[in-house]
Amino acid sequence: MTPPTSVAPRPVRRRWRESDSPLLRSFARSRTVQGAVLVLALLVLAALLAPWLARQNPFDPAALDLLDAFTRPGQEGASGTAYPLGSDDQGRDVFSAILYGLRMSLLVGVSAVALSLAIGVPLGLVAGYAGGWFDTLVMRIADIQLTFPVLLVALLVFGIARGILPDGYRDDMALYVIVLAIGLSEWVQYARTVRGAVMVEKHKDYVLAAQVIGRSRTGILVRHILPNLLAPVLVIATISFALAIVAESTLSYLGVGLPPTEPSLGTLIRIGQGFLFSGEWWILLFPALVLLALALSVNLVGDWLRDALNPRLQ
Amino acid sequence: MFAHLLRRLGQSVLVLLAVSLVSFMVFRHIGDPTISLLGEDASLEDRQALVSRLGFDQPVPVQYLHYVGNVLQGEFGISYRLKRPVTEVLAERLPATLELALVASLVAVLGGVALGVYTAIRREGWFSRALMTVSLIGVSLPTFLIGIGLIYLFAVELRWLPSFGRGETVKIGGWTTGLLTASGWASLVLPVCTLALFKLTLIMRLVRAEMLEALRTDYVRFARARGLPERRIHYGHALRNTLIPVVTIAGLQIGSLIAFAIVTETVFQWPGVGLLFISSIQSVDVPVIAAYLLLIAVLYVCINFVVDLVYLLVDPRLRRA
Repeated sequence: MTPPTSVAPRPVRRRWRESDSPLLRSFARSRTVQGAVLVLALLVLAALLAPWLARQNPFDPAALDLLDAFTRPGQEGASGTAYPLGSDDQGRDVFSAILYGLRMSLLVGVSAVALSLAIGVPLGLVAGYAGGWFDTLVMRIADIQLTFPVLLVALLVFGIARGILPDGYRDDMALYVIVLAIGLSEWVQYARTVRGAVMVEKHKDYVLAAQVIGRSRTGILVRHILPNLLAPVLVIATISFALAIVAESTLSYLGVGLPPTEPSLGTLIRIGQGFLFSGEWWILLFPALVLLALALSVNLVGDWLRDALNPRLQ
Repeated sequence: MFAHLLRRLGQSVLVLLAVSLVSFMVFRHIGDPTISLLGEDASLEDRQALVSRLGFDQPVPVQYLHYVGNVLQGEFGISYRLKRPVTEVLAERLPATLELALVASLVAVLGGVALGVYTAIRREGWFSRALMTVSLIGVSLPTFLIGIGLIYLFAVELRWLPSFGRGETVKIGGWTTGLLTASGWASLVLPVCTLALFKLTLIMRLVRAEMLEALRTDYVRFARARGLPERRIHYGHALRNTLIPVVTIAGLQIGSLIAFAIVTETVFQWPGVGLLFISSIQSVDVPVIAAYLLLIAVLYVCINFVVDLVYLLVDPRLRRA
């Protein structure tokens, strides 16, 4: 008989590696994924805590000191304030501006994904379940929209919305307009995937059983079929979140996104490019690096979820 | 195959009709042309005269037919911002965009296929691995960041290449080209790299994956057993059979190059239609927006049609069917 040994707690990573969840297993296996999740978590945290982390509200003109304009990173301005990442032409702290910009970028990304989910999933559900003319109509529209690149659709929606809004409201509404533009350009992916999955699910026994006991169509769709589609929808959501962030920064960079009074990372890069030739490199470099880290980490996390949640790959 | 081409043609016409409808709605219902063209303080009579001259007082379906009729004759109205015919403005800008997109797609397709074949054949080599890692980063980066990075390196630090504009251009008939002067080519290098890089990595990864798939098939093993030289196996057997998906994706990518040119043109202040489109959106210059939409749709439809024809070239099975 062996004496009872004190069981040392197994290291966490070991337990994850043997876990039943493919998500945790692949997380424990890949250093890249761990790094990406860490970076993303830090960025989200920084964005959420921006009002407390930032040393000034960079978009309140009263908080800026023009004498401190173009302070180099790590140096003190004329007023004696230190600027860790330097300041721009109006004496705005680049570090604070990045925090607020990151906040806008993430806000637009999340809202755009929510909007395209809200449009694409119900359309896909009904089209796949009901079929018929509704299905044909939705898929034809989707086909035509897919002929054009997402960026172009977003630009078009943006242009139309700008044309409809009266002059004075354009800047105030910019945030809603850009969310609408990106959301409307991404719904097709959800609708197509959900429709395809519903067409497979609706012939399964559990759906037939629910039909036999007389559940309503809405009940079957929402309570029975929808929960089985969560994995593919989640995967598309992370990928389209990455696309939405890149799309937002591109639109803002092009000058058709968020205005300089309410900048996102893309707007900051647009502003910074103007100082590239005069040697004030920090105004451009730091927002660009943050956008790079954000885009890369969201993409890597998206790839991880796609591989881990895809049953065909296991 | 002929039936297939006809069906595709029908679909193309459908897409063009849908886009022309959207384009008409944009043209007709957004903004007020009387204010845009005549200014805020024009008299009521002047406004009325303009409205009837533009045909805006007729029933909407009649207006749509007029619009389509005008468009078919190359008549897109007058730009609100520039106060010149849209057709003239577009014709001036189009050569710049087409040259940029053409050179970029050549680079993307040729470079992508070459590198894809290389990384598939030398799968374990360090250069292949480095290429794969770099391409992973390249796929997730926003285009404009790549452009700014290139400008910083080659125009600001090294001062080798110009960072904006087309350089010197030569006028041949109505077409201005930068392809005949040295400064034109120098100005082309950075925009082309920016525009082509993303597509190149995409095509490279696709060719690599398809090649690896093909190299595992029985006919390749049989070709090896027959003692054919590796070169013939790689290019005659494996590569030929990967071309169908590659042509499909390459066609789609070239189409989206024209749209992505908007970003590249903004980064490098390249005087093409993309830059025109952006400034039109900023100033709500509706006729130009509507015309640009139709132009892109037509280009897309043409590219898709060419892709269908290329299928016939690469796949002998389709020629027989």
